[in-house]
Amino acid sequence: MDAALNRSLVVWLAVTVLVAVCVVFAKSLGPLVTYPDALVLPVTDPMNTAMRWFVVTFGWFFKGISWLLDWPILLAKTVLHAVPWAAWFVLWVFLALRAGGKGLAIFTAASLLYMVTFGFWTQSMNSFALVVVSIPMAVALGFALGTWGFMSERAYRIIMPILDLMQTVPAFAYLLPILLLFGFGTTVGLVASILFAFPPMVRNTIVGLRGVPDEVIESGLMSGATPSQLFWRVRVPTAQRQILLGVNQTTMASLSMVIIASIIGGTNDIGWEVLSTMRKAQFGESLLAGIVIALMAMVLDRITWGFAVQSNSTKRGASGWITCAVLFGAAWLLALVFSPLKDWPEAWVLNPAPAMNAGLEWVFVEFRTLLEAIKRAALFYLMLPIKIGLAQAVSPFTWGFAMTPAVTVGYALIVAAVAGYMIFKRRVLPALWVILFALVLYSGLTGLAWVALCAIIIALAWQAGGTNLALWALAGVAFLLLTGIWEPSVISLYLCGVGVLLSFLFGSAIGIWASENDTVSRMVRPVIDTLQTMPLFVILIPFVMVFKIGEFTALLAIIVYAIVPAIRYTEHGLRNLPHDVIEAATAIGTTPRQLLWQVKLPLAVPSIMLGLNQTIMFGISMLVITALVGTDDLGQQIYIGLGDGDFGVGMTAGIGMAIIAMIADRITQGFSQQIQARLGVKLDNAV
Amino acid sequence: MTTSSPTTTPKLSCKHVWKLYGKGADQHLRNVDVAGQGPDEAKALAQRIREGDGIVASTDVSFDVMPGEIFVIMGLSGSGKSTIVRCLSRLVEPTAGEILLDGEDLLKASSKELIDIRRHKMGMVFQSFGLMPHLNVLENVAFPLKLQGLDDKERLERAERVISLVGLEGREASFPSQLSGGQQQRVGIARSLAVEPEVWFLDEPFSALDPLIRRQMQDEFLRLQQELHKSIVFITHDFLEALRIADRMAIMKDGAVVQIGRPVDLILNPVDDYVREFTNDVPWELILTAGDVASDNSPPAGIKEVPASTNVADLLPYLASHDSGVAVRRDDNALVHMTSQNVIAALASGVSDASAVKD
Repeated sequence: MDAALNRSLVVWLAVTVLVAVCVVFAKSLGPLVTYPDALVLPVTDPMNTAMRWFVVTFGWFFKGISWLLDWPILLAKTVLHAVPWAAWFVLWVFLALRAGGKGLAIFTAASLLYMVTFGFWTQSMNSFALVVVSIPMAVALGFALGTWGFMSERAYRIIMPILDLMQTVPAFAYLLPILLLFGFGTTVGLVASILFAFPPMVRNTIVGLRGVPDEVIESGLMSGATPSQLFWRVRVPTAQRQILLGVNQTTMASLSMVIIASIIGGTNDIGWEVLSTMRKAQFGESLLAGIVIALMAMVLDRITWGFAVQSNSTKRGASGWITCAVLFGAAWLLALVFSPLKDWPEAWVLNPAPAMNAGLEWVFVEFRTLLEAIKRAALFYLMLPIKIGLAQAVSPFTWGFAMTPAVTVGYALIVAAVAGYMIFKRRVLPALWVILFALVLYSGLTGLAWVALCAIIIALAWQAGGTNLALWALAGVAFLLLTGIWEPSVISLYLCGVGVLLSFLFGSAIGIWASENDTVSRMVRPVIDTLQTMPLFVILIPFVMVFKIGEFTALLAIIVYAIVPAIRYTEHGLRNLPHDVIEAATAIGTTPRQLLWQVKLPLAVPSIMLGLNQTIMFGISMLVITALVGTDDLGQQIYIGLGDGDFGVGMTAGIGMAIIAMIADRITQGFSQQIQARLGVKLDNAV
Repeated sequence: MTTSSPTTTPKLSCKHVWKLYGKGADQHLRNVDVAGQGPDEAKALAQRIREGDGIVASTDVSFDVMPGEIFVIMGLSGSGKSTIVRCLSRLVEPTAGEILLDGEDLLKASSKELIDIRRHKMGMVFQSFGLMPHLNVLENVAFPLKLQGLDDKERLERAERVISLVGLEGREASFPSQLSGGQQQRVGIARSLAVEPEVWFLDEPFSALDPLIRRQMQDEFLRLQQELHKSIVFITHDFLEALRIADRMAIMKDGAVVQIGRPVDLILNPVDDYVREFTNDVPWELILTAGDVASDNSPPAGIKEVPASTNVADLLPYLASHDSGVAVRRDDNALVHMTSQNVIAALASGVSDASAVKD
């Protein structure tokens, strides 16, 4: 233990000295501060050449698949449009009633009526056609791979790392290679959505099949089951619930990818409706269409979820289905007579968008100073210091004083005093971290020498996961440096870092509050559930409406999305502690405050750390989407690559993003596991 | 209690069964004549394998189960009792030895034959029930029959019959999650009986139940067996449960059988301290009968006569005031003498170190 601590001290001391040297002598260290362009490998051109060759050579194959896949899409679209909306309405409300009772039926009915009366039915069905076709394919693919991974240990070891990689590569990055291979058209959305949606199905299938109790298998064997009977009649039905939860997650992923895919344009679907109006700054229209996506997501989620959790122990007769079929037919017939039930007349479409835009305009005019003040405060006192450092951000214009040498010395003295006090208290390692933080804050992430930042990242990886992880981190940062995407990577790090920091602070505070107060918990729960099912770029809309494009808007969107796991894991961790420990502490006579701070929180740390891990992952996936509102990070590079059809640029940025995500993931997981080991507990990831 | 006469052939026979786990588990017994070596050699071999990082779950286990007999295997957790019952049905593949069912070696059966044997000759009940969560009571019970491809009518008839046998009429449409533990185990029992098996394995069937329910289920189990006369292997870690239901029982420790015999044999003649540990806690007066403790001497004339099955507990007040004791009429009609001295002697056999007063 002591030897390990000493080694940590040596490593961190070395890192601190290195960073200090880099900050103090920033001007004279040239290539160690700014990574020299000469050392960037020209990877993008060879990648493009290779891709071009690949497309020329094998393009026919993918074009063929594309042609094949066009048919089911066409079929789905034809059917969805041919049947009057009123008949679909009957079917969906019935499904909702079956899955979730009266409440869900009413919600579904209202959602569908919204789509119709606000004139989004056609676009919605165009999007939904892709979802309908992709779900069975993704489910079948995921189930097959999951079964394979369950049957064969070797297959499992191959599949899992690939899934890890696929789920860390940002959704955006999928689109580019698919676009190049399959050419423009709806198939891109379909293929992307299948590829994006099958991994959760694989995971759930494996988890479900593995979770079947031994005794159930044995009782199947003793009943004389043949191997195939054992699989189809014992294992699969027993794992049914977990497998159906996989279907639920696959559905959500599929919808979210279909929406993201509409970014390539050319399709008259609901995602395009949101994007095109957003680009034209018609925020009212954009919001109205965004609501459709949110409603679709919620309805699909609740219905598939409902069917998954009730899969066992309740079976109902066929009589309901007959009623449904009759009503379905009746609605169809009625639509033949009364045409608005099929095609909602243009004149009846509600369009509050102009009024909303006017209202928004009024808000801008009325509250301009307030909104500006909020934005500027966040920018000057939080974002800029972290981005470009106190050295640059502090100026008389913003902070009221300049970073004169005297002020700098004062800053150094304060830091030294704090660190000195901590060393005096024998907390040397945290003292080093304080100094490091102060140094980074002084020069800012973008101003910090690349050598220094790499050293910090690698040291963190070493602390979390030993030499192995440190080597991985080294390889990762080497990729970022050598491919010349270091600068946008640092911007990504900064945006995501600030977003995650704030999400985590606010989120765990809300989580703690919710764990202590049932009313708060009841109010928070539906909000975070909704946020989590929301396709990412719907979340952007309200912020872009109020704060226009820019990093601040991106930051807000990241916070709102990434706060979800921070709240969820904190509350879950605090509410699910061993009862006997809480009772023992209460019996000793702790006050509620002592109980929270000295018993519950320390015990909930592993769960909260997992929450931090998820916060980072959520933050990164949102970060990529915020490229739409004009950031200049890796996400933007992916977006540019997509726009220009530049495979090399888009792909290196996509991989770079995945690398950042994976390093962050492993580091937080590593720390979480260390704490779990110390507390002697074992957590599974699912909450 | 029935004692099996030596002339009947065993229904199920477990001969020198070994089960090893871990690296190179098959290697250790490759050149060993498991049937030929004595118990001490076997013990030494197991010790050697354990020292070499092998895991020995069963060491040279042998016993016979007679037709219509309840054979109980009793042992603490980790003693290898669950492994051995799974070897008997080949849910676990033994490393060496023979399992004879009606004289045929089960270990030589092909997987197809094995499925057939399980479908028609074996039934098994599990500690945590092992019910299919997606099937209701009726479907669960009929499940083995469905796998055999029986038509609906016969399947449901037979399922209904065993359901009423275990007293679950009216709950056919319920799902396992809607039943209490006791009811779930009734479903498990009904399912295992649906195929009308000849050999019935019960792996700690009542351990997951509350004490009161457990007692009630034991009674019902004995009632069922009086009707059905199956050949039963019953696993338990509860010595009292074993005493209540066993015709004969085996005590296991560290994968090996320590002692086999009638419950009363174990109480009166425990082979070692390990067995004695269990018998110590037994309310002996409920188990011992006058026949068990009486001497072989013929009684003096004129004393009171009792049948051999009389509980010793019921005789205590009388013996306390009558030094001359009682005459006991044995099952073979002979009359033997029993005094308070005999009772004390029987009790003394269950005490490991009775040297408070030295001779």
